[in-house]
Amino acid sequence: MARTVHPALIAFTALVFLFLLAPLVIIIGAAFSDTTYLTFPPQGLTLHWFSNIFQVQAFRTTAITSLELAFLGTALSLLIGIPAAYAISRYRVELPRWLSTLFVLPILVPEIVFGFSLMKSITIGLGLPIFPSLLIGHALLVLPYSVRVVSASLASFDFSIEEAAISLGCPPLKTFLTVVLPNIRAGVIAAFILAFITSINDVSVSVFLTGPGISTLPIQILAHMEQFFDPTIASVSVLLMLVTVAVMAIVEVTLGLTFLTK
Amino acid sequence: MKHLMKWGLATPAILAVTLFLLVPVVITIAATFGEPKGVFSPYVAFFSSGFRRTVLFRTIEVALVTTAISLLIGFIAAYVIAQMPGRAKSVMIIAAVFPLLTGVVVRSFAWLIILGKNGILNTILLSIGIISEPLSMLYTEGSVIVAMVYLFVPLMILTLVGVLEGIPQDLIQAATSLGATPAATFRQVILPLATPGLIVGAVLVFTGSFTSYATPQLLGGEKQMMMGTFLYQRAMVTFDWVGASTIAAIMVVVTIGIVAIMSRLARRLNPMAV
Repeated sequence: MARTVHPALIAFTALVFLFLLAPLVIIIGAAFSDTTYLTFPPQGLTLHWFSNIFQVQAFRTTAITSLELAFLGTALSLLIGIPAAYAISRYRVELPRWLSTLFVLPILVPEIVFGFSLMKSITIGLGLPIFPSLLIGHALLVLPYSVRVVSASLASFDFSIEEAAISLGCPPLKTFLTVVLPNIRAGVIAAFILAFITSINDVSVSVFLTGPGISTLPIQILAHMEQFFDPTIASVSVLLMLVTVAVMAIVEVTLGLTFLTK
Repeated sequence: MKHLMKWGLATPAILAVTLFLLVPVVITIAATFGEPKGVFSPYVAFFSSGFRRTVLFRTIEVALVTTAISLLIGFIAAYVIAQMPGRAKSVMIIAAVFPLLTGVVVRSFAWLIILGKNGILNTILLSIGIISEPLSMLYTEGSVIVAMVYLFVPLMILTLVGVLEGIPQDLIQAATSLGATPAATFRQVILPLATPGLIVGAVLVFTGSFTSYATPQLLGGEKQMMMGTFLYQRAMVTFDWVGASTIAAIMVVVTIGIVAIMSRLARRLNPMAV
């Protein structure tokens, strides 16, 4: 039941949303401008800058790297994060409390410090090639989402269903895959999406781990911006926004977006 | 068997965090204490340099101002959203989430177009005749703060909508029916109950802006160096790893210190937890 809200507050909130959305509209407008410099409102309309993205090889290769990293890094984080989340929820009483804190660390430690330290220890120290270094960095960066979001959905899971399956002779792994996993599906999808978006947009960790020949899309955008200030960046941004829209549409269909405020 | 299960399942994740996060960060911090000139010499060097102190204080200032503005704007917007009927509420939440899911680079870039010399804001101000020549708004502390507030307001809104929705309507009705004015209801019922959420939001925004890299890099540049950009510059441009590690250590101490203090405060202030 809605209560009456003072009109001044509603007007203020409208301004907040104008503030939040106008810059994105401006990027979209600038992406179509028929000029060699960034401007808004667009002067004439062209799709030239979108086709230019595909002309610049650095955007193509870094986009592929970013997608690979986001998929593999998220998959890795779920692979180690789901069993950890399961252990934390299932053996909540027996396991020490610091365990959950440990998995929040990647959020607590400043990303830029994490990236720098990781570069020093594994890229330089262990001499690991760039892609595996980036993959480790991204998997750890998104691990908190896997552990926490999956734990949250396990919190409402009734473990007696699992015990019933096991007592009826179903092997533990099969029980997990056929009984537990389907019940926490929404949590796993949510974790995947949050992790994927975090990874694909990351700058602070990647900036230390990228190197000759291998870079990620956001880092490439930053580098391109320092050299050229043309609408190509705006059109890349528009494509990234489209990815976000697609992902949000998936969330809306599978979970409903309101899960984000829970 | 059960013992093996409960630890065994968590082991890969524990190992990953320990080996690739905890150990590298501890090594980085430990490296600052191994200098031949004395255990604390990198810190003495940091705090005795006027420039480095300025960078630290600027970063704290930007983070504090960003947090304060985001709290104010975010709280009002979240309050209004929480009162909206179902459909309008969903639309508003989607509108708030969308910028959040759009990358930091893209969102900071938007402000380059707006605040630039030939940017939108200058064009508008010139055409209405408020100014006679374009203002240089980029590479100022103000431009960094505006972009940071832009970055963090959605996060604040999302954090607070959940909290404000959780406040039982009965309590508000009870206060009103007992004769409390809307202002008194706000001060004595809503605000105390929302405080833990406000603290969580403040911590997220403060630590996020204190440690940010891309936004100060794009909108502050060399002129408005902040701790994140300073760390990068020391490590990758001048290859002063001890200096970079010192900055890293200071950032970790400030971040974890703020989180520890604020979460203790949140626990003490939470009226539900009594």
